[in-house]
Amino acid sequence: MNFDITFASELAQARSQMALTLGFHIILASLGVAFPAMMLIANYRGLRKNDPDALRLAERWSKVAAVTFAVGAVTGTVLSFEFGLLWPEFTGRFGKVFGVLFAVEGIFFFLEAIFMAIYIFGWKRLSGWTHFWTGVPVVISGLGGAFSVVAVNSWMNQPQGYTLGSNGNVTDVDPWKVIFNPAVPYEVPHMILAAYLVTGFLLASVYAVGMLRGRRDRHHRLGMLIPLTVASILVPIQFAVGDTAARSIADHQPIKFAGMECVQQTSTHVTEYIYGRCTSSGVKGGIGIPGFDSFLVGWSTDTKVTGLDSVPPDDRPPANTVLHWAFDTMVGICTALIALGLWFGIAWWRRRDIPKTPWFLRAVAVSGVATIVALECGWIVTEVGRQPWVIYNVMRTKDAVTDASGVSFTLAGVVLLYTLLGIATVLVLRAMSRRWREHEEPEVPYGPRASTPEAVEAG
Amino acid sequence: MTEADAVAAVLWVGVTLYAVFGGADFGAGFWALLAGRGERGREARSLITWAIGPVWESNHVWLIFVLVVLWTAFSEAFASITSTLFIPLSLAAFGIVLRGSGFAFKELAPRIGGRRASGYAFGVSSVLTPFFMGTVVGAVASGRVPVGNAAGDAVTSWLNPLSLLIGVLFVATGAYLSAVFLIHEARRFGDFALERYFAVRAYAAAIVAGAVALAGVFALHDDAHYIYNRLTHQALPLMILSGVCGLGAFALIARGAGRGTRVLAAGAVVGVIWGWGVGQFPYLLPTQLTISAGAAPSATLTAVLVVFGAAVLLVIPAIVLLYTLTQRSMLVEEETEGHGA
Repeated sequence: MNFDITFASELAQARSQMALTLGFHIILASLGVAFPAMMLIANYRGLRKNDPDALRLAERWSKVAAVTFAVGAVTGTVLSFEFGLLWPEFTGRFGKVFGVLFAVEGIFFFLEAIFMAIYIFGWKRLSGWTHFWTGVPVVISGLGGAFSVVAVNSWMNQPQGYTLGSNGNVTDVDPWKVIFNPAVPYEVPHMILAAYLVTGFLLASVYAVGMLRGRRDRHHRLGMLIPLTVASILVPIQFAVGDTAARSIADHQPIKFAGMECVQQTSTHVTEYIYGRCTSSGVKGGIGIPGFDSFLVGWSTDTKVTGLDSVPPDDRPPANTVLHWAFDTMVGICTALIALGLWFGIAWWRRRDIPKTPWFLRAVAVSGVATIVALECGWIVTEVGRQPWVIYNVMRTKDAVTDASGVSFTLAGVVLLYTLLGIATVLVLRAMSRRWREHEEPEVPYGPRASTPEAVEAG
Repeated sequence: MTEADAVAAVLWVGVTLYAVFGGADFGAGFWALLAGRGERGREARSLITWAIGPVWESNHVWLIFVLVVLWTAFSEAFASITSTLFIPLSLAAFGIVLRGSGFAFKELAPRIGGRRASGYAFGVSSVLTPFFMGTVVGAVASGRVPVGNAAGDAVTSWLNPLSLLIGVLFVATGAYLSAVFLIHEARRFGDFALERYFAVRAYAAAIVAGAVALAGVFALHDDAHYIYNRLTHQALPLMILSGVCGLGAFALIARGAGRGTRVLAAGAVVGVIWGWGVGQFPYLLPTQLTISAGAAPSATLTAVLVVFGAAVLLVIPAIVLLYTLTQRSMLVEEETEGHGA
């Protein structure tokens, strides 16, 4: 047996498993970060304006959030297993460097879980504003948790804050330098905003679909307006943050940037290509804007952009076209969402109403899925773009992977299990919505538990 | 005590809390699986759902805590354990997915078939997950995890009599703790029949857990000399404490499971966990990697201790608030009507 091939394929399986489980979890994690904020905005409005529709939305959203939070908790646990199961060399050597951030995240997650339970429980037990305030820690811990986890990814892109001994082992750590690494200022806000956009557009899209099906009551209108307003305000900010991130990456990780933009040779007056196929002799097809890539990097067409040729082939990211398309798709979707937000904003400013055409509702209805696509593309850009490194310029992904055989089996298991889990989650959320339309109260995890066990069974 | 020892103690606190709260949670799933379809079983299952509903998530955060502290403070040990024990840990991870989603969906799935399947997934994975975790503990304790990336035997490291025995022990102690806790939950409703139901099960589980624990000591004698020697010497007081607590709980259940039963039951488990800790001290991986040799640089250890201190200050009050609110829930049931009900 050729062991090189065996290990190479284990690496491919491990990367696939990580990509799948992370790609799945990131959707639920985004909801975990931003859903509580939407629910509190509705709650605030309900209390402030004595609006029962808003309060009902807040209550239902908290129950939906409980379900997605429960699923996100288990998919998150799987990821922490995978740090050892798939990448023991990475965690074994550098866990002592980045691990503290996960410990901090653990506190935030714990607080989030506890206050989520208290908030959901509190609908029946606590008075209005007291109840509202029990939700605030959920939002804050969501932000803190997102910071901690994304800061680890930032550190993988811009590692610093440790000393290596002669044998390659970490001998000293400076936790502050690890936590506040140079990629944090752009990567963390970019992901937190992404979480709010995914939640905002996804939630708005659910109510837009309901309105397209003729359910045009105030409940649906408000259910769409609250998240759509939040997302429409944030999406231009996200564009600016993303633009800054891209420029910083051109500076911090020039090879990742070259991969994203298919820049083969280091030069000035580099053409910006929209889509197109990346080949070693340049981009085939696509729409080229001469000099614009240089301009985007340094505000002048004279700006020199580092090309892939500046490093040996072994140090270049794979699947260049995929990387380039992921980046362009993310930027394209964000641009389209800005247009959607403007459309909504102008109509609201002029008539205090959503645009009358059904095309507006149709656009909102697809915005949720589109935002998820953009989110996944963003992770492809940052993760595939960092390859072949797991820690940029420090450790190669192939040196991080487990020597255990059997990743093919766990990958197959993960594909099966996560497919089922995804289908089940969607079915359950749809069933909850149907039961609400039929004026029933579904029983969600964390309570609020019925007064007796018998009532649980009846519900 | 060195800083590394302090962090190891913090890790052990996490292991203990997970063994008690997570273990009881797994045990609840075990009893739900065994309850059957009849009227009695249905009542038992709804009591279980009712009892663990609001706290089940926080019970499992301890696992994350243990994993994170281990890979942060003792990265090499973490990598060695997770790579050699790839199979049982992967199966435990699958079990956690099935269990968490099964529990979330078993009341919410759109069809009765879906609810049954979810409940079944919850029950089966509540047995398999702690079993595989137990085999992992057995592998570590018996020195079958060498330092390195998948350096140990992928199969025999956990598929051996001692590991299997500890796997069964994990399931049995969870079932035991859970049954004792559920006696009290049943009493809070004045459901005498269910109280008896879980008292009988607590007995059965206590006998099985006690027998398996004793068998485990013999297996250790044959298989893991280092731990066996320390268990019968340095850790002997803890083993005796565990035994006394276990017998005390047994006697209290016979006399109506009054005040203190739950504490004694938990004490029996805590005694074993700390006995194991003292038993393998000062090793992370017995006779291969010590706590001091496997510890992260001092700055990281300090950071872990600071974060742990913050966790104690922030999380404990929040948890107390949650448990208090849930325990008080039925006392104020009819008195206060919040908004939005």
